[in-house]
Amino acid sequence: MTAILEVNGVTKLFGGVIANDNITLNVPQGGITGLIGPNGSGKTTLFNSIVGFHPIDSGFVTFAGRDISRLRVPDIARMGLLRTFQQTRIYGKMSCVENMEISVPHTHEGLRTIFSKYPQAVTERGEELLDFVGLYAKRHLRAGDLSFGQQKLLELAMALMNQPKLLLLDEPTAGVNPVLINTLIDRLKRINSDIGITLFVIEHNMRVIMDLAEHIYCLAHGRLLAQGPPDTIRTDQRVIDAYLGAR
Amino acid sequence: MTHRTRHLLPYVLIGLAGLAAPLIAPTYLVQLALLWMMILFALTWDLCGGQMGYNSFGNILFFGIGCYVPAVVQRGLYRHIAEYATVTGGEVQKLTLTQYFTGFALGLALAVVIAVAVGAILGSGILGMRGHYFAICTLGVGIAAGEIANGWEYIGSGSGMLAPIYPGTANARPIFFYYLFFLFAVMCFFTLKWMYSGRFGLAINAIRDDEDKAEAMGIHTTHYKTVAWCVSGFFLALAGGAFGHLNNFIDRDVAFPGATFGVWMVLMAILGGKGTIWGPVIGATVFHVTQEFFWTYLFGWQRVALGLLIVIIVVFFPLGIMGWLREQWPEKFGETVDVAARAAPVSLGDS
Repeated sequence: MTAILEVNGVTKLFGGVIANDNITLNVPQGGITGLIGPNGSGKTTLFNSIVGFHPIDSGFVTFAGRDISRLRVPDIARMGLLRTFQQTRIYGKMSCVENMEISVPHTHEGLRTIFSKYPQAVTERGEELLDFVGLYAKRHLRAGDLSFGQQKLLELAMALMNQPKLLLLDEPTAGVNPVLINTLIDRLKRINSDIGITLFVIEHNMRVIMDLAEHIYCLAHGRLLAQGPPDTIRTDQRVIDAYLGAR
Repeated sequence: MTHRTRHLLPYVLIGLAGLAAPLIAPTYLVQLALLWMMILFALTWDLCGGQMGYNSFGNILFFGIGCYVPAVVQRGLYRHIAEYATVTGGEVQKLTLTQYFTGFALGLALAVVIAVAVGAILGSGILGMRGHYFAICTLGVGIAAGEIANGWEYIGSGSGMLAPIYPGTANARPIFFYYLFFLFAVMCFFTLKWMYSGRFGLAINAIRDDEDKAEAMGIHTTHYKTVAWCVSGFFLALAGGAFGHLNNFIDRDVAFPGATFGVWMVLMAILGGKGTIWGPVIGATVFHVTQEFFWTYLFGWQRVALGLLIVIIVVFFPLGIMGWLREQWPEKFGETVDVAARAAPVSLGDS
């Protein structure tokens, strides 16, 4: 399998803090890849480095064969590399359907498209995807009125509306009702297999990530600690030590 | 009454009242013309300040450009360059009817072009700033524009410029300017209403709600922001052109009145309710009418009364009149307050 995303020796410093230290990993096309690590190990920083949220200090990132290390967030997003936020970001004062409508891909935009209306098909697709994440009954509510977990689902639906090639999910199950987690795992798998979007997932819930991912990278203190299929990671003593603290 | 006619009723009533005003209240025509100008002010300010979340205190820049350009164009068309000094020196300009209107129309067109160009050039830089930084920067732009006008000899510097005298009859003058402002305000209202109803409206609302998210979703935020500011500039330049000619005399204080018009446009939009299409219309009407009352009946205390009014608005109606109404009766505003929907569990079905 070819890699859709390659991270080569990426280092990110915040003053004296080394948030990402020479990290090299790749995300194979079409799969689900996991990223785990204790709090503060640099997972979200790595996501931010990939999507161009801040400049990186060394190394480079390629997406679909193209170097994106110096591109800006919206340019990278329009290439089909999208991320969701750990602290869930949606457009709070707009309805759920409006949140979906504005999330269409924005690849080619001139004055004509800026002033255009949305065709009925866009609204219908938006409602379909809201149904896919279980928010259909709430589609006319203000997005800001939804609970945190529901906003998380809305954000996922918005990302799907954008038709990305690769989706970086930052803790997709955090704050989601535990009863729903199994169905959410199923949805994520279907996003991958049916819609064909490659996923790269940060997750703290071990049960979720072990069930979901085919290959897992583990970070600790900004460094890449271990990698491998779930079974290897589960029994890797270094990973266990990183989470529980070695004696 | 069907839903559709009920929906159209306010437009028809306001339209008829607007058209018939010269017959109903001929003595108040200039005040009413300025009322339409205030409505245009509030609407254009709300486009960036309310709908997009970019509080601009420098929109008066476009108004000032609109004031000066038509006067300069008329001078350029019908005066020899040697006579320029007389125009800025205070001699009354007399043009024929055709000259006046041709020059005025060309001047308005050029004013709009210049305002939009200035908006696009300045906007692409300034609109990169957010929040307070944007607000302060635009404040500076408005003040700087006034200073430039005050020192630029070509447009009369400190002694100002005279717009040509209206060539028609004395009775026709207020009627002409009344309908001109009425036309501009109506054009502005429907253009914005149309823009808000599609992709543009959603995109600038998204920028208001979370600009980082909008960028992360690939929205061309800079394009949208620049277009929004340019549209404000377009209509403000038209209003400025009409106001300069209504006032006849143009100098820095007429063209760039940051402390009055510049602040009022913000106040009116907030009073009526930011981020709605009717809010600025209502806010401007209430503000303008109250202000005229204060000037007439509380003369000497009018500024105090105005200040008191502003305090009352901010303290008791922070969301503005429309925002307050919307909170009281949300279902009248097309918002679903479906308790069942809100309480409904997230259903993923079983698959």
